[in-house]
Order: sequence, then structure tokens, then C-alpha cells
Amino acid sequence: MAFPHRPDAPELPDFSMLKRLARDQLIYLLEQLPGKKDLFIEADLMSPLDRIANVSILKQHEVDKLYKVENKPALSSNEQLCFLVRPRIKNMRYIASLVNADKLAGRTRKYKVIFSPQKFYACEMVLEEEGIYGDVSCDEWAFSLLPLDVDLLSMELPEFFRDYFLEGDQRWINTVAQALHLLSTLYGPFPNCYGIGRCAKMAYELWRNLEEEEDGETKGRRPEIGHIFLLDRDVDFVTALCSQVVYEGLVDDTFRIKCGSVDFGPEVTSSDKSLKVLLNAEDKVFNEIRNEHFSNVFGFLSQKARNLQAQYDRRRGMDIKQMKNFVSQELKGLKQEHRLLNIGACESIMKKKTKQDFQELIKTEHALLEGFNIRESTSYIEEHIDRQVSPIESLRLMCLLSITENGLIPKDYRSLKTQYLQSYGPEHLLTFSNLRRAGLLTEQAPGDTLTAVESKVSKLVTDKAAGKITDAFSSLAKRSNFRAISKKLNLIPRVDGEYDLKVPRDMAYVFGGAYVPLSCRIIEQVLERRSWQGLDEVVRLLNCSDFAFTDMTKEDKASSESLRLILVVFLGGCTFSEISALRFLGREKGYRFIFLTTAVTNSARLMEAMSEVKA
Amino acid sequence: MDCYTANWNPLGDSAFYRKYELYSMDWDLKEELRDCLVAAAPYGGPIALLRNPWRKEKAASVRPVLDIYSASGMPLASLLWKSGPVVSLGWSAEEELLCVQEDGAVLVYGLHGDFRRHFSMGNEVLQNRVLDARIFHTEFGSGVAILTGAHRFTLSANVGDLKLRRMPEVPGLQSAPSCWTVLCQDRVAHILLAVGPDLYLLDHAACSAVTPPGLAPGVSSFLQMAVSFTYRHLALFTDTGYIWMGTASLKEKLCEFNCNIRAPPKQMVWCSRPRSKERAVVVAWERRLMVVGDAPESIQFVLDEDSYLVPELDGVRIFSRSTHEFLHEVPAASEEIFKIASMAPGALLLEAQKEYEAASFGKCFLDRFPPDSFVHMCQDLRVLNAVRDYHIGIPLTYSQYKQLTIQVLLDRLVLRRLYPLAIQICEYLRLPEVQGVSRILAHWACYKVQQKDVSDEDVARAINQKLGDTPGVSYSDIAARAYGCGRTELAIKLLEYEPRSGEQVPLLLKMKRSKLALSKAIESGDTDLVFTVLLHLKNELNRGDFFMTLRNQPMALSLYRQFCKHQELETLKDLYNQDDNHQELGSFHIRASYAAEERIEGRVAALQTAADAFYKAKNEFAAKATEDQMRLLRLQRRLEDELGGQFLDLSLHDTVTTLILGGHNKRAEQLARDFRIPDKRLWWLKLTALADLEDWEELEKFSKSKKSPIGYLPFVEICMKQHNKYEAKKYASRVGPEQKVKALLLVGDVAQAADVAIEHRNEAELSLVLSHCTGATDGATADKIQRARAQAQKK
Repeated sequence: MAFPHRPDAPELPDFSMLKRLARDQLIYLLEQLPGKKDLFIEADLMSPLDRIANVSILKQHEVDKLYKVENKPALSSNEQLCFLVRPRIKNMRYIASLVNADKLAGRTRKYKVIFSPQKFYACEMVLEEEGIYGDVSCDEWAFSLLPLDVDLLSMELPEFFRDYFLEGDQRWINTVAQALHLLSTLYGPFPNCYGIGRCAKMAYELWRNLEEEEDGETKGRRPEIGHIFLLDRDVDFVTALCSQVVYEGLVDDTFRIKCGSVDFGPEVTSSDKSLKVLLNAEDKVFNEIRNEHFSNVFGFLSQKARNLQAQYDRRRGMDIKQMKNFVSQELKGLKQEHRLLNIGACESIMKKKTKQDFQELIKTEHALLEGFNIRESTSYIEEHIDRQVSPIESLRLMCLLSITENGLIPKDYRSLKTQYLQSYGPEHLLTFSNLRRAGLLTEQAPGDTLTAVESKVSKLVTDKAAGKITDAFSSLAKRSNFRAISKKLNLIPRVDGEYDLKVPRDMAYVFGGAYVPLSCRIIEQVLERRSWQGLDEVVRLLNCSDFAFTDMTKEDKASSESLRLILVVFLGGCTFSEISALRFLGREKGYRFIFLTTAVTNSARLMEAMSEVKA
Repeated sequence: MDCYTANWNPLGDSAFYRKYELYSMDWDLKEELRDCLVAAAPYGGPIALLRNPWRKEKAASVRPVLDIYSASGMPLASLLWKSGPVVSLGWSAEEELLCVQEDGAVLVYGLHGDFRRHFSMGNEVLQNRVLDARIFHTEFGSGVAILTGAHRFTLSANVGDLKLRRMPEVPGLQSAPSCWTVLCQDRVAHILLAVGPDLYLLDHAACSAVTPPGLAPGVSSFLQMAVSFTYRHLALFTDTGYIWMGTASLKEKLCEFNCNIRAPPKQMVWCSRPRSKERAVVVAWERRLMVVGDAPESIQFVLDEDSYLVPELDGVRIFSRSTHEFLHEVPAASEEIFKIASMAPGALLLEAQKEYEAASFGKCFLDRFPPDSFVHMCQDLRVLNAVRDYHIGIPLTYSQYKQLTIQVLLDRLVLRRLYPLAIQICEYLRLPEVQGVSRILAHWACYKVQQKDVSDEDVARAINQKLGDTPGVSYSDIAARAYGCGRTELAIKLLEYEPRSGEQVPLLLKMKRSKLALSKAIESGDTDLVFTVLLHLKNELNRGDFFMTLRNQPMALSLYRQFCKHQELETLKDLYNQDDNHQELGSFHIRASYAAEERIEGRVAALQTAADAFYKAKNEFAAKATEDQMRLLRLQRRLEDELGGQFLDLSLHDTVTTLILGGHNKRAEQLARDFRIPDKRLWWLKLTALADLEDWEELEKFSKSKKSPIGYLPFVEICMKQHNKYEAKKYASRVGPEQKVKALLLVGDVAQAADVAIEHRNEAELSLVLSHCTGATDGATADKIQRARAQAQKK
């Protein structure tokens, strides 16, 4: 349980500085509008804001009332209104409607818009078009990195995924570059950089430009983090699409961890209240089980519970002094653990997930990953759709089938889509168009099965095409080649007998021993080689021939400790399973991984990002 | 050798004044200084001379010449004056020459005689003409004060940010004041003027009479007044030959002196040094120079030639046709060194050298003397020595230099196009590149692009050779300058050297190279920049061309599409149309069918358009699906009309389910047929719906209608979900052998499940059953399984 780190594992840098920076900047911005003001906060920013500055801090800086930005007229009677929003056009229209309503009523107030993490010209233009540009003052709150945990930084930009991988909108890439720049100014330069993916490359280059422009600032600083690895989500969709069975991932899939905390409903708390629980390394019990395969967790928790009970029982027969001592010292720890045993109430997950349905689902997924019994899996998916189990789940399985099989055969492609539309509504015609564009759900071109000869031919074709592809999106031309990659990288471990999930052998444990996450395997391989050398074929199969890069500088300044710290940047989101897998790898090799992601994601979030919903 | 202190002149008990030669001038003046308008800039600045033909009644046809010289008399520029009569000349703090014309127009020239700009001092000045004008310097910049023919004053405190202020009238003023000057107090410029025995102070609101404290009686007129370099002190020269010296606030008298000369002096200026307690004024007549201060005696010099005084921070420069001298109070430090025993001539350099030797000798005896200040002093002296060179002609003292700062000195060298010297100084002082060398190179390049006789290629190459990629040099700034000179091609060439593509964009836009700007913006990765260019293009090009440009730039296209999706839906449609992107056009109309349209007819029409687009895109699947949706919509509408309830916008599956739940089985089946719902789906659907209704009878009937395409296990599962074990058992018996065990376990018949599993001899099934054996009741069953297992192993 909870494998300890190797004694030589490096210390993690202290990321709490990022929080302080963000808080100070926010306070400064609030003070720019002196006097009482009402603060309108965009829903998406509420949780991140809560991690940075609580209500009392806001009140200290004369924030009077808090409102959520929503499509309703505001009831605020304050003379000063401050809006804290993401740079989105719909927010601009909301603000404009408010300001224009005031104008009609002959009312003048002060308005200030704080964009986080930055403002976009398009937003200012909309303000201008709406005729209120002169009435509001605009500012930026460059809050782009939220430390969710000691080793996890999130940009909290879930829209990055859709904006870039579906719409081809590159505006967030600069934000990523800025964030990396901030990290390198705070924690020293990164001597070794690796990356894969078009977006990774662009972000890297923009970041480099920033560093060059502000030459000298980071020069001479000792690097604290030895390696940085940038990875596009579309390099590995498969991992993100799998059901998560590691505890933290499972909690995320079931209850949705939002900004590092989760709301446990009444069914979990076994009371009539919901409970918000912060999940991170400070939580001792959680920290021990977060990276575990869920089959181990239950036993562990019951053991814990028994211990706890025993400790509680010790109260009997204590005299007052002992009792006092007990309360002041042990109860503190105990209480926390006890609260956490609400997690024990995750029996509710267990109940759900150990049911036959879930096991069959996992079985199907494993079959898809390994590429056998495709017909059976296809029928399973069909039945899934027919029974209207869940629109998102059905979609996920279809995508998993498509990617692992290099696209669906035309007959299945048509029939599954037809079934899906009949079950879940015709607007999903657009969802399918999105998925096709992102390369998540495609149709096999005739004769698209891979033979050795054909794969050579296809190499010629894709190489030629690569030169010609000017489209910001070449996904259409992309083939996932999952099977070939899986073989090359040995993603499906050969298992003799039962895979002992209690004593994991490799990263495959995060998927019950059936599959090593592709993204993590790539990272492992590159770190081992310190380059992409020898991985040419894999890179080609990933359609990333032009977008795999290495950049090393002299390491003489880097301490050996820092060289075992690796920052992994996931562009488009990463899952808890990947985090667990890399934490495992770190323990094995004496590394520590730090994760920077545009947002923590999972299969449902990915699918929702691609789905068209009737507004 | 001469004595060091030979030229030291005592004034009172405590101060010495000394006058020494800076340069001997060989500027070949054709005119006498007295015939010229003269302006010399402070801090060793340039000298401008304009022979004033308007003063005497000479033929106006003779065009005067404006000459500009360095302080050492090197000619910098010479031009024929073609504009109107000039009343006064003066240098601004940026070393621009301001020429105040009689009509109130002020013409501004550069150091090299290049015309910069002009401005007017207002209509009132134009009408009444300029009688007299002063150029003055304050911390805000350089100002101009004008006395008009109507005896009114107009002033602007900063010619860089021209705001004219007309000063209030002086009551009863009939003739021009005998003398006047500009005072600067509390950051506001005032005018002090003398009319007969009276002094008036004009601020922007009022005119008030003032009296200097302790002024000797008998004054009937003031002939001269002088305000010190720092505006702190004021000196007044009266017609009785009496000099009053006090604070500029006129609140305190410092000292007075009676020189007994009643002739009006030509010039009177303050001569003091910062942080010195000594106050002295230098008064010049035609042939006589007098230094007076708080002492009964004055120092007197004879002037051999017509001379001109230039007040400086720490002394007075005096130049004539043949020499340029500096008069100042001997610094306390020198005084101490040389007071008693002394030698040699008075060149500051020599003195410095001596001080250097002394210091360098003396520092050997000090252990803990930090060398920094010594080193810095040596460096500064070298710089001063270099700029004082005859060819450069900037004679600065150490205190002037410190006041001016090295940055301004470098700017002045750049202004004189002395780039190599400036760069040498930067390198010598080891200034950071961005402040030093790069800045100067950039200035040089900006000058270079103005050389019209050199070809674009040569200029660009020369600039790139010299600048390379020196940090801090902005090629786009240089390009902007080139563009400003009308050299667009050169500007584009220079921009090519700019490493930051984002920097290239604004200028390219200005030069109307929008398409190039677009690709540069895309290169920069800054989406905001791309967006800016897009809006430019949108206004500049017609719609068709704009769309064509977008088509070739996918990144910009995506960005613009995103914007249109939220803000300009119609444009989005046009974009797709233009590209013949029928697939996206179809999607667009699909979205419109439920987002924009509300009436059913509108929705169907939108779907029809979508279907047509899909056909054009050869996406038959989408086209068919869309047509199905049209049919479904119409049908749902009919169902709502006929049956009531909510049908619109349900999926096909949900529509059928709703029908079954409402008891409209016939309709449901009809719909299933019409839309070719596959059997499997229909069975799942009916099964779920009937179980929801708990219509067990109908369910049983349905189960027997034909062989189930989904088997009978789902029947068992769903009955159990509704907790109807009785019904579930019915179906369990019909489940095929493969799923029999599962079914039996579902209904809780562990014993029978065990029997079937044993019969199947299936290990997996056996373990499954075993895992269901709980408690005492199943004990026997568990044993049975174990026995069967044991038996199987024996065999």
C-alpha cells in the first residue's frame, strides 16, 4: 500500500508561490477600483478563485456582494461593478447588456472587467461593437497556473481541448507559453526539453521567443527542474478514453473532481447533506490510496476503519488527563482520517463498479485495446446504444473502437451512427462531424488494414501529404495506427497467470494490468534515451514526424537532484490514470514527476467537449 | 612655469575666481558679434549666430545667414534665412534651435540646420508683433516668453506640449519695460518686469507690484536683471550703478554692490557653483567684465573684444571672435590643494591630471580606500577630456556632466552624428548594451536610412552588417524611420532582419502590406495580432478577396470562424459558401434548425437546406439522416396534434417509447416500421417500456410474439430490476444454455445454477456460482460444487 518514494527521490519545488503571486495580483487589481464594489464571477472561475482567495479576503478589499455571471439581469445596486471572467465573447455580451441597460435607465456606474488569464482583442472588439468600450476599464489577471496538489499544476482551461483540437483555434497556446515562462523565471531554466505534437512544438517555440526577449533574467539561475516534456493530447486519445480504475481516476469518473475537490452527495455521506472534500496529498488516507487499483482500496479502507474503531475504543478507561491528551493530539489526526473515511462510503462506487455491467465494460475495453473479438465488442457497443445506457459512454466506446481499429469499417460506421442518432437524438449528427474532424471517430478507407507492404505504401503517402498539409488540422488525414504503435511499444503486457494488482510490475496496473498508457510509455522511452533516437518509427506512426523535438543545454549547472525532476506538460488535458502511472514510474526509477495540464480530464469530459447539445 | 594660482582672483576673504581658456576660436566670423543675434546652448552646447539685418535699415533684399557652430567654433551648419524677420534665438533642452519671428511664428531647426517644425505663439502676438522674446528652461522642458508690441506677455512653459498662456495686463503700462525676465517658482513660470522705479510680478492670474527688501534708495530705473541658472537667485542692476542680489522670491537680500558705472551693462549673469555659499554676478560692458559678490571689492577684467556670456550651472562661458573662456569660482578642493604653494597654467585638464597624480600617489598610503570612486573619477575625466576635444567641442565641467548624465551626453553625441565616439564611450564605461551601444547603433541606422543617395540594398546591408543581432536593437524602429522617409522598399528589407515577427506587423500594416503582415502575425503565434490584421484586411479588401486571403491561411481562418460563430453567424455562412464547404454548411443549417428557428416549417426548411448541402458534400449518410429527421419532426408534430403530450425534439427511440408508455402500441409499431428500427433495438425498447409500465401481461405476450433477438436474459434482468422475481423466473427458464447460470443466479436460484454449471462442467461458471454461495443456506450447494470440482480433477 502506498509505495514510499525511494530515499534518493528529489524534493518537489514549492509551488505555493504561484498561489501567492496570483492572490497578490488579484488584490492589486481589486484595489484599482477603490471603494465598495460588487464582484461578478464567471462560474468556471469560482472554484479556482476559491483556491486562491476566499470570501473574507475579497471582503477585505471591499468586495461587497458576489454574483455569478449568468444570463440573468443583475440585481446589484452597487455603484461599482467588477467582472471577473474568462475572455469569452458571450461574457462580453452579458456585460454589454448590463451596461446598456444602465444607460437606458440613465444610470452611471463604474465598470471594470478583469480577464483571466488574459484578454483577447476579439473581446475588446465586441465591447466596442456593443458601444461600451469607453464605459468599462479592462485588466488582466494573469492567473494561469493553479497548484492543485504538490505535484499537479492546472491551467483550469478545459476549453483548450475543444478550441485547439476541434476548432483549430490557437489562442491559448500563447497562454501556455506565458505559463511556462513564468515557471522558468521562478524555478530556473529547464536544461532538457522534449516534446511531441504540433501544439507542443508551437507552444515550445513561443516560449523560447519569450525567454529570448527577456534574456538574462533566467540566466545564471540554477535549474530546479531538469526536464520538461510537452505532449499533445491527440498523440494519445486511447488512454484518455479508457475507464479509469485507479482510485483517484475512478472518483473523478464517478463524482467528477472539480478543481481538486469533490462533492460527495447524500448517497456517499450516508446523511442528508452533501460534503465537499479536498483531495490532495495533505489528506493522508487519500494519499495512500489515490494511486491504487480500486480492487485494493476497499480492503485497505476497511482495515483502516477497524484500526480507527480500536483507537476510538481506547477512550474507555482513560482518566481525564489521558483523555485530554488523546483529544488534543490523536483526535486531530483521527478526525481528519475519519472524515476521509467518508471515502469509505465510496462503497457506493464499489457497488456500482463491481457490478457485472462494469466488469463487462472493462472486459470489452480490454478486448478493444488488445484487438481481439472485435465483432463481439461491436455488438456490445451496439447493445449499449440500443439500451440508451448513456450517450457519453456510448460515444466513448465508439471512439475507442475507432481509434484502436484505425477507423470503423464502413458498415459499422454507418450503422452505429444511425443507432446512436435514433437513441440519443439527431443533433448528434454534428457531434459525429466534430469527432471525425478531431480524428476520434472515423471510417476506414477501403483496404485500410495494415499489412507490412501497405504500411510502407502508407508511409510514402503520409510523408508526401505531410509536406502538403497546410491545414491547421491535419487530423482528417491522420490514421491512429494504434495497433502498430501498441506492438512497437509493447503496450499490452504479456501476462502469465494473474496480474497481481497489489504489487504492480509496470504502469499497466493503472488499467488492471491490461494496457500501459501510451502517453506514459512515450515519456518513459524518451527519458530513458534522453532523445527520440530509435523511436522514429513510433513518431511516424503517431503522425508526428515534424513535431517531435529535443532540446538540450549544458547540464553543468543542474544538480543531479534536479535532473531527476521532470515536468510533464499535457496540452489538452491529462487523466488521473496517467498521473498515477507516472508517479509509479517515478518511484521505480527514482524520479519525481510534476504535472502541468491545461485541465484534468477524463473520457466523459473529452466526449462532452466534442458533443453538440441543444442549448 | 607659471604659478597654478596665477589666474586666481580673490573676491572677499573666502573665494577665488578664475578665468581660463577653453578654446581659441578660429571660426572666421565675418561679422561682429554685436551685429548678430546670438544664442549659445548651456552645457557646452552649440552656438547659433544670425546676422541681424533687420536691426539696421539695410536693404531687406540681403538675405541673412544663419550659422551654427560647436562650442569650439567648428561650423555645424550654415543656411540662408528665407523666412521673416527674427527677434530672438534660443536653444531648447534637446538642442533644437528656436527662432522667434516678429510675427510670433517660432521655427525649429536641428543642430545641423535641418528644419524640424514650426508653431505660432497665437493671434494676439501675430497682430501686435513681437517686441522681445526669451527662451527659458525649466524642469518640464523649454519655454518661450514673448513681449508683444502691445506690451503684453504671452508664454508657453513647454514648447514640446504647446499651451499658450496670455499673462495679465500690467496696469498703466504705456511703454516697453526697461528690462524683464522669466522666473520659475513652485513649478510655475512668472514674469518679472521693471517699469521705471517699479517692479511687477506677473503670474497667470494677476499682476502685483513687488519691492526687493533692502534696496538702496534713489533708484529711478532698473537697467538689467539676471536670474540664476537654478532660478533661485535674482540680481538687479539700477541706473545708479547699484547691484542688488537676493533670492528670486524677492524675500531676502543676499548682498549688494555699488560699481559706480551708470552705463547699462550689455549682459549680466550669475556665476556660482552648486553647493557653494559664494554668490557672485558677472556684469559685462563693451570692454569691461566685472565679478561682484558679497565683498567690498570686485574682480575686474578687461575685454579685448566684443564678448558674449553664457551662464552655466557652475560658472560662465565667455566667447568672442578669438577665444572661448570659462570663468568660475575655484572649487574648495582645488583651493585647498593649491592655495599656498602652487604652479602651472589653468587648464582644467592639467589641474585634473595633477589631482589624479596626487590622488593616485596618495591612495597608496590608504589601506581601506575603496578603489571604485577613484576608478570612476578617472573614467569620467577621460570621457570629459574626450568630448572637450576641439573636434567634438563639448566643454563640460565635472558638475555639469553629472547633472547632464551620461545618457544625455550620449544623446548629444548621437545628435552630432558622432556615433563612433559615443560607442567608444559606451564600451569604455561598460554600459549595458541595451542602454549603450545598441541604442547608438539604432540611432546610427536611423540616420543611415535617411541617406537618400545610397541604394536600398546597400543601406540595408550596411545596417545589418553593423548591427547584426545586437540585443536591444529594434529593426522595426529603423524600418519605421525608413518608411517615414518614404523608403517603403528599404523598410520592408529592414523588417526582414527583425527576429520577432510580431514587431513587424504594425509597420507592415501602416505600409499597407496587409497580406505580408498577416503571414508575419501568424508566424508570431500571437492570435491577437492575427486578429488585428484580419480586421484591417476586412476593411481594406472586398469580401471576396478577404475570404480568399483567409482560405490560404488556415490558422487565421479558424480564428475568424471562431469569432463569427459567436458574433457574426451570417458571415460564417458566407465563409462556408465561398469555400464550397458543403459539409460545414450542412452542419450550419442543422444547428440553425434547432437553435435559430422556432416554427416547425422553418426548422424543416433549415433541415432541407442542410440535406441539400450534405448531398453536395457527397455525405449521403448525413443527408439521409437529415431527411429522416425532417420526417420525424413532421410526424412528432402530428402526434402532438392528435395525441397531445410532448413529442417534438424527442429522439426516435424516445418517441417510440413515449408512444408505448402512452399505450399507443400500434402507432409505435408503425413508427418502428417506417423508420426501419432494427429488431434488436425494438425489443430492448419494448422490454424496457413495458417493464416500466409493469405491464407483465403485455410483456409476456410480447416475449412470445417470436423468438427474441436479444435472448431472454435481458427479460430476467429487467424484471429483477423491477423486483419482480416471479416474472423473472418465467423468463429464466427460457434463457439459452450459455447464459442459464447467470439467469438462475439473478433470480437467486443458486442450487439450480450449481446443477447447470456442474452439468456444463464449466470451471468459470462453477466459480461464479460459488461466489454467490453465501450463508448457511447455500452450504450444501457449495459442497456439491466442490465435490464436482474434485471429481472433474480426478478425471
